Amino acid sequence: MSTSTTNRIVGAPVPRKEGVDKLLGRARYVDDMEREGLWHGATVRSTIPRGFIRSIRFDRRIDWNEFTVVAAADIPGKNHIQLIAADQPCLADGVVNHCDEAILLIAHPDKHKLRQAVAGVAIEYEPLQPVFTIEESERQDVVVWGADNLLKSFLLEKGDVDSGFAAAAHIVEGEYRTGAQEHLYIENNGVIAEWRAETGLTVWGSLQCPFYVHKSLIAVFDLPEDKVRVIQTETGGAFGGKEDYPSMIASHAALLARKSGHPVKIVYDRMEDLAATTKRHPSRVRHRTAVDRDGKLLAMEIDLATDGGAYSTLSSTVLSRATLHAPGPYRCPNVRVRSRSWATNTVPYGAFRGFGAPQACFAIERHMDVIAAQIGMDPVELRRRNFLHDGDTTATEQVMREPVILDKLLDRALTESDFCAKRERFARENAKSRIQRGMGIAAFYHGSGFTGSGERYLDSLAGVDVPSEGNVRVLVSSTEFGQGTNTVLTQIAAETLRLDYHDVTMAPPDTGIIPNSGPTVASRTAMVVGRLIERACLQLIDLLREKAGLNAEYSRDEFFAACERFRAARGELASLVRYQAPPGIHWDDQRYRGEAYPAYAWAIHVAQVAVDTVTYSAEVEEFWAVQEAGRILHPVLAGGQVEGGIAQAIGYALYEKVILQDGHMANSQMTNYIMPTAEDVPPIHVYFEEIPFRHGGCGAKGIGELPHDGPAPAILNAIMNATGVSFTRIPLLPEDLFAEFALRQDAPATRPVEETAAV
Amino acid sequence: MSGAWPTIHFLVNGQSCAVRAPAMKRLLDVLREDLRLTGTKEGCGEGECGSCSVRMNGELVNSCLVPVLQAEGAEIETVEGLARNGELHPLQRAFLECGGAQCGICTPGMLMAATHLLARNPHPSLAEIREGLAGNLCRCTGFVRIFDSVIAAADSTEARADQAAHAR
Repeated sequence: MSTSTTNRIVGAPVPRKEGVDKLLGRARYVDDMEREGLWHGATVRSTIPRGFIRSIRFDRRIDWNEFTVVAAADIPGKNHIQLIAADQPCLADGVVNHCDEAILLIAHPDKHKLRQAVAGVAIEYEPLQPVFTIEESERQDVVVWGADNLLKSFLLEKGDVDSGFAAAAHIVEGEYRTGAQEHLYIENNGVIAEWRAETGLTVWGSLQCPFYVHKSLIAVFDLPEDKVRVIQTETGGAFGGKEDYPSMIASHAALLARKSGHPVKIVYDRMEDLAATTKRHPSRVRHRTAVDRDGKLLAMEIDLATDGGAYSTLSSTVLSRATLHAPGPYRCPNVRVRSRSWATNTVPYGAFRGFGAPQACFAIERHMDVIAAQIGMDPVELRRRNFLHDGDTTATEQVMREPVILDKLLDRALTESDFCAKRERFARENAKSRIQRGMGIAAFYHGSGFTGSGERYLDSLAGVDVPSEGNVRVLVSSTEFGQGTNTVLTQIAAETLRLDYHDVTMAPPDTGIIPNSGPTVASRTAMVVGRLIERACLQLIDLLREKAGLNAEYSRDEFFAACERFRAARGELASLVRYQAPPGIHWDDQRYRGEAYPAYAWAIHVAQVAVDTVTYSAEVEEFWAVQEAGRILHPVLAGGQVEGGIAQAIGYALYEKVILQDGHMANSQMTNYIMPTAEDVPPIHVYFEEIPFRHGGCGAKGIGELPHDGPAPAILNAIMNATGVSFTRIPLLPEDLFAEFALRQDAPATRPVEETAAV
Repeated sequence: MSGAWPTIHFLVNGQSCAVRAPAMKRLLDVLREDLRLTGTKEGCGEGECGSCSVRMNGELVNSCLVPVLQAEGAEIETVEGLARNGELHPLQRAFLECGGAQCGICTPGMLMAATHLLARNPHPSLAEIREGLAGNLCRCTGFVRIFDSVIAAADSTEARADQAAHAR
């Protein structure tokens, strides 16, 4: 068992570790940093989506001797950003594949001179025909990537799908689409790079994964590991948007630093960040489902496609998670998921909170309501009849060995939201009101940690050390960007070592100091890395008992006295442990079968919406989220994760639209890319059911991504309940409602409102 | 070039400052670059996100939209001026306790907007808090715990005012 029963620190609302620095305004983000002799860097980007670069000319009115200019030919190592594949160049070399692709880099001591310099570079292109949509890409008339535009595909099969359809009482089909979404972290991407001949390269930056950047810089500069050092600065939001992109901007600043001989800072402004960095993958998901007379799922056939953008980046792993979340939290004997990610000539889509699951969840959870309407069943009842339970198998034939309490979560969500009574009342009131209200629900899971054998490949190393008297440090590459890494990992260490919260600090997030505990992604930090810290602490106690005479029961002072005895006798005191998969975790990458995730977090979301039939605005009036994510390590931080994820997902559903014109983002400003404000976010009610997970840090499972999966379908289901119209695309903006209602003869204001379900 | 720049005098957090800078330099950049008060952040540079919010003569402004010349003779308050004698301001304490800050990048601006709100309306309703903070974007919290923080700070201010009344 991993968890102690005395929770002094775990589960308590201790102050956020770096909170005081943030509140005083003294936390140091990258743009707050200065270096002696600092220069600034800027990027010359492509203005066309696809084509050959024919010439590059420099405006003669500018004295280019003042500037350092870097092109692909200046790259000492490999001209690619090292990720899963190596198809994305660091700087375009002769050809561009999307708008805003980096071609040249320019540095100067005065940042105000850079704008003019960037404008002073004229690039002549020979355009090639671009591809902008999934449909254009899958037609393969124009091939823009590899031999066939196909970045990745998966086939997941269980049972006999055809026989399931043969036995069906109902067959229900639907197609669902989701748009791109921008992370909109309030701190844009930024780094400082410094090059010294003797020590190599040092990069400070706003980033999630120091060792991703480290690996990428090693390839771009052809340097040994110990000549590259990456240090995370305080990071002002990330949400996946600083998972892979920092490798790009870090390489750029580093190339300028090496050539100019000065430290170089590149901090994007908002327009550049929006235009040039990654977004959430757009998707199209087609469902065809066989259902029996009682509403039981007999077979699911799912065709899932994502738009991956111009290079492969993380599209294969996003697609994998989308595939594994596509069938939803339901028991179905026969499932086929065919998924494909297609290349287009847009900025590569990348990691974003949920990582494919929000797209998959939108489709299945909208589709469940469509099935319910078609077969004349209450959508709540339809879900309940098909929920996974303990002992059931998922689409990958993973047996649910841990408790699955969807029924309990659903009951609580219905009670807390007064779902059924409200739905009845709204149906009555809507008949004579311009405001149409409705209630909608979504049920879902989110797999914690890397998919399949991913955690084994990562082979994470983490631990604790005692570098000075009275100070235990947590040694991880897991970073803080608002979600609470610093706080929960020090809580776990303090709890396990039986020390005070203030006795434990975080080692600096510096690849020169910390071991590689893997990237800070995939809702893995509390569960996977937290468990490593817990094991490392238990190992430290054993070590001190064995070598330094620590008693079984000890006080804080006795613990640190033992540490000092150990250090005096043996020098350094540290305890590091490597990842060990929980028992019974087997994954077959070829057949896509087995334990897709070591654990799942589960949730029910309920949305109450109001659609104004005169202004065509759809507003979320109230929201309820009931979830089971293992032990809750910190109630305030966990609640904040859920609320923040829901707000971001309300934006995904109703506000946030990336508009591309010829492959360039046309609304690359906060003025016209609209996220929810303080006036838009409804009251959000958050409830946790806690079942400690034996193999998670002090019982935790992942929580960070889960809340982004459910709101969009819950909201659109509520809109269907309110208006009788089944919308199948997000974002759903007022103009989309206008197009549906105002331009239709039987607009809801002028016709009796249908009830979509028996109540 | 810099010889032609005007010298601009103003108060920042009660301290008088004289800065020689281009007249149209953004107050945000003067605070961050000339005075090294980097608590004030830039999020969008166009007055949408509120991360650069400071108070100027008692008004809440986006310092990215204020040319420094306009600050001549002004009283500026930034996040660095909130804590007094090493003690957190009630709003800072409430943000810490209630989870009002996550990544922290919007926090200085949010604190200034909340300070401004409470200065004008010591006991705002939830609707007034929503409206008062609508110009400040936070992408982490969904605002819920920011509202909680402002309510808690208003309550604690009230409690202290009560105590002061009793003490008299």
